[in-house]
Amino acid sequence: MAQETVTIPGGVRVRAVPSAPGSAEGGRADAPAVTIRSTKSRSLWSDAWRRLTRNRMAVIGLCVIVIFWLVAIFAPIIAPYGLNDQNHSAVYRPPVWNTGDWRYILGTDGVGRDELSRILYGARISMLVGIIPVSIHLIVGGLIGLSAGFRGGRTDNLLMRLVDIMYAFPGLLFLIVVSAALRDTFIGKQMGGLLMIFIALAIVGWEGTARLVRGQVLSIKQKEYVEAARSLGASNVRIMWKHIVPNILAPLIVSVAFGVPGAIFAEAGLSFIGIGIRPPIASWGNMIGDGFVSIYSNPILIAAPAVCVALVMLSFTFLGDGLRDALDPRMKQ
Amino acid sequence: MRRLLWMVPVLFLISFITFVIMKVTPGGPFDVMGGGDRPTPPEVLASLNRQYGLDEPVWKQFGYYIGVLPRVREAGKPATFKGVLQGDLGPSYTQRGRTVNEVLFGVQIGRPWWESRFGRTVQLGFFGFLLGSVVGIPLGVIAALNHNRLLDYTSLFGATFFVATPSFVVAILLMLIFGLGLHWVPIVATSWAQPKSWVLPVFCLGVGLAAFTTRLTRATMLEVLRQDYIRTARSKGLRDRVVMLRHALRNAMIPVATVLGPALAGLITGSFFIEHMFSFPGMGRQLVQSVGSRDYSMIMATTLIYALVIAVMNLVVDLVYSWLDPRISYS
Repeated sequence: MAQETVTIPGGVRVRAVPSAPGSAEGGRADAPAVTIRSTKSRSLWSDAWRRLTRNRMAVIGLCVIVIFWLVAIFAPIIAPYGLNDQNHSAVYRPPVWNTGDWRYILGTDGVGRDELSRILYGARISMLVGIIPVSIHLIVGGLIGLSAGFRGGRTDNLLMRLVDIMYAFPGLLFLIVVSAALRDTFIGKQMGGLLMIFIALAIVGWEGTARLVRGQVLSIKQKEYVEAARSLGASNVRIMWKHIVPNILAPLIVSVAFGVPGAIFAEAGLSFIGIGIRPPIASWGNMIGDGFVSIYSNPILIAAPAVCVALVMLSFTFLGDGLRDALDPRMKQ
Repeated sequence: MRRLLWMVPVLFLISFITFVIMKVTPGGPFDVMGGGDRPTPPEVLASLNRQYGLDEPVWKQFGYYIGVLPRVREAGKPATFKGVLQGDLGPSYTQRGRTVNEVLFGVQIGRPWWESRFGRTVQLGFFGFLLGSVVGIPLGVIAALNHNRLLDYTSLFGATFFVATPSFVVAILLMLIFGLGLHWVPIVATSWAQPKSWVLPVFCLGVGLAAFTTRLTRATMLEVLRQDYIRTARSKGLRDRVVMLRHALRNAMIPVATVLGPALAGLITGSFFIEHMFSFPGMGRQLVQSVGSRDYSMIMATTLIYALVIAVMNLVVDLVYSWLDPRISYS
């Protein structure tokens, strides 16, 4: 599920046609991608980094993501209250702009827990969900794609049929079934359902990465420099790590950047319908679900986590767009 | 044709895997009774399990379910169900006395079919798709024709926002703004006969697809417009509209068509959240409820129907694709 370059809110991502130089998103189209001024040699990565930092939306997205990561790491220090500290005399407090009471900046929920603290702790879930399943996709899908593309023949055929079948599964549907099934097992009870989310998300997304990697490997395998390395007697492993992997990193990074918001969306969605992270652990998804009962009386309880989910996903999308424009080989001429 | 045949093993595997997952999960549909506190007495449990065939080995149960194994039961009693292949999705485990078919496809006597749960979901998906394509494609074309002007930036920014924001978050924000703040539409619809109730769900479901199509149409249009054959067509003196519709748009639609399949699947599965959120009387909400109550036959049935619909959609998209681009054939 991670090869793709465009995310749509249904949780399914598809590969879009990379935009050519003239159609660069964000209106930088008229600036030439590379200006030949300095004679100092530049590496691919410093070049890409320069292009990325020139993209304002991508930089903003990156900053927001870094802030949320810091929040997630330092949640116990920043949060004014503990995750489940209850104050029974302050139930359903409105936010500070209604009360002027700075003790509960975003108010409290139905059992007197501080909403702001729960939002801060909730960032931990979303950030972890954004990293771990996608890393698994990268490792599993990457290895499968690499071996299928590199070895070809029967291995390729077998692995790709497997990928085809996985690809035909409607991802979110499968996710719901798996989470529903694992919910009452030992796995489902670990870490408030977090482990189950990781496993479920890891199962459904790797095939996109595998397809992407295989396609890339197939095209790079034909290149002269691979042939040259082979004729110099380089081993298969060396060719893979030294010549093939570095050359497929760019599209892989882009696909990861677009895979992350998908995973965050899936977790929030599952927790929202009540089969993801379980209370009392706070995740933005289950906070949205909980906040639903008080949408009339205390809309902040649902608005705050919803805005956070939207903000994180937007940031990742902008970053992904920026990365694609910065790393897409077609952008450099 | 090969594509059509490929659907068969895929659907079979989906049903098999779902079935196995459901079976290996601890906890059966009859473990608790009534409100869910009291454990079912063992003898009642055994009898219920026997009645529904849950005491047999898993592979046999699957055979019965699919309908390839004939169900042999005690004489005199009618078979519990005929099997999926004959269109019988079996009894609901938790809504005692009702079959899955009744729950999903049943309507009050004299009412049209689209008032069933299945029909409602089809309606919602249809309107959502309509919104997605009718708004998305023209908007993308307009943005491309106004490249690097205000209109382009506005639609691109809007599209990026709606592409990135999950549908249920859009739903919440719109509920808060238009339902709670402005009182234009009801937050919780009382009757789905009123068109007003449909506005928010359809918008939330369709806007993601619309935004996605806008972005893609814009990108491909920009690429197509720089091609030589567009210049040729222009220099022949063809009118702008002809160039746009016949030459540019048709070619720009090819990449759009390829991603429409997965996008549609996203739209269809996105309806779980939207239906849940708006208490929409459709199949997605039924699935979410069945997951909660462990109604295996209902989960199986809804999963299968969703998978079937998505597979058919992908097939249709492939057909459209090869019609748009005759160079590609799926013979």
